[in-house]
Amino acid sequence: MTATIAVPTTSDADALVPNLTGLACRECGEVVEVGLSHVCDVCFGPLEVVYDTDRIASVVSRERIEAGPASLWRYGDLLPTLSADPAHRVDLGTGLTPLRRADRLADRLGLDELWLKDDTNNPTGSFKDRVVAVALSAGRALGIDTFACASTGNLGNSVSAHAAAIGAPAYVFIPSDLEAGKILGSAVHGPNLVTVRGTYDDVNRLCAEVADVKGWGFVNVNLRTYYAEGSKTIGFEIAEQLGWQFPDHVVAPVASGAMMVKIDKGFREFREFGLVDGDLPRISGAQATGCSPVAEAFERDSFDVRPQRPDTIARSLAIGNPADGYYALKVADRTGGAVGHVPDDEIIAGIRLLAETEGVFAETAGGVTIANLKRMVESGHIARDERTVAVISGNGYKTVEAIADSVGPTFEVSPGLDDFLSHLG
Amino acid sequence: MPTVRIPTPLRKQTDGRSQVDVAGDDLRTVVANLTAAHPGLADRILDEGGDLRRFVNVFVRDEDIRFQDGLDTAVGDSDVVSIVPAVAGG
Repeated sequence: MTATIAVPTTSDADALVPNLTGLACRECGEVVEVGLSHVCDVCFGPLEVVYDTDRIASVVSRERIEAGPASLWRYGDLLPTLSADPAHRVDLGTGLTPLRRADRLADRLGLDELWLKDDTNNPTGSFKDRVVAVALSAGRALGIDTFACASTGNLGNSVSAHAAAIGAPAYVFIPSDLEAGKILGSAVHGPNLVTVRGTYDDVNRLCAEVADVKGWGFVNVNLRTYYAEGSKTIGFEIAEQLGWQFPDHVVAPVASGAMMVKIDKGFREFREFGLVDGDLPRISGAQATGCSPVAEAFERDSFDVRPQRPDTIARSLAIGNPADGYYALKVADRTGGAVGHVPDDEIIAGIRLLAETEGVFAETAGGVTIANLKRMVESGHIARDERTVAVISGNGYKTVEAIADSVGPTFEVSPGLDDFLSHLG
Repeated sequence: MPTVRIPTPLRKQTDGRSQVDVAGDDLRTVVANLTAAHPGLADRILDEGGDLRRFVNVFVRDEDIRFQDGLDTAVGDSDVVSIVPAVAGG
């Protein structure tokens, strides 16, 4: 399926600036028309959007971004724009999440300057709202009326909410044994919620085949080319919120690896378009030991990611066959980063450390990030004087099961003052 | 005879057919017979060394062949072989 990029036919000041010239294979460079495709016809490699960089350069500026909406669409000139019609854009207020200075956590970890990119604040509580907003906007411009995804939970929540908000039917495929909060967080929006007896990788393969026989827009299959670009906005926001500066080091969770790759791409685009000067940040990735195919390849000093069967409480990162693992390793290699892994008990400790020092309740992926950050500081991979940003990608209220055995009430009392005071000791 | 499911990007090489029956009792033989019958497929799914390309995932009986015996994975007469592109995260 293909679509022609619409040319503005109105003088409406709100008209968007279409900015794509095609889709190019990341492996062989073959270029195809903008459309509902994600795999190269020639070599089967993944496709990536090709921007009209001259057109972008003629409009983008710090001032234009700062005058834009308080959402990720302030960076709309740098995101896939397939039509001039602003009605195609889906905006639930995603993005421009807080970049919090985290001095108490920095002190505990042995860093001089630490910031948290707090994506627990997105509309459905995870960074997935970024990629879904971009994917559904592209899908609407392509004339798609039914949206779908393969999900470890957060993506399903986001697709369900966004589809509900625009009145589109949705099919959400998830492993049947996900955390209750992630199942109900999708179901409440009324999608067709399909639970699959298998791992996320099984769900993924099923969806790749379903996408082939149905005309639906699977955000992370046939809309993936557009979808993945949404994660660039994490990098854009970090730089803008630091006062149009790059940090020294970013630590991000790794599931498919796409977020890490796109944060790097965001930084590079900001520099390419003259929005930020300076050295590009180092970027390191964080995995759970129970699903660490990218970290395992990094340890072997290899770019060959061997699939694993996940077994970890970090369900949102439990992708044993990560599509962008190879590219995440390339980013770590090029920027001087690393990809580490931590066992489940350190993930729980990471969630608690973050919550107890900074008041941010992260889901398991956030615990993975903090625990890996701790190890990277201890090992000297991250130096004390590096200005570091940790990406906290999802909200802890979705995965309360993970900490249910670790935290609870301090003591229970009768409703009488004496009883309470006796417990205080 | 095993059935091979062909994804959309590769159907130009199979005259538009979404699945084809190919003889062979292991995956290596099935792939060899498949690419012999549809010559355009070889360049797309195999690299210069004759191994599967990085972004080509193959499943036999719904199981990734990297958890089985790779190209030496046994294939039965009623088995389904799926060729599936890699997918983004969730």
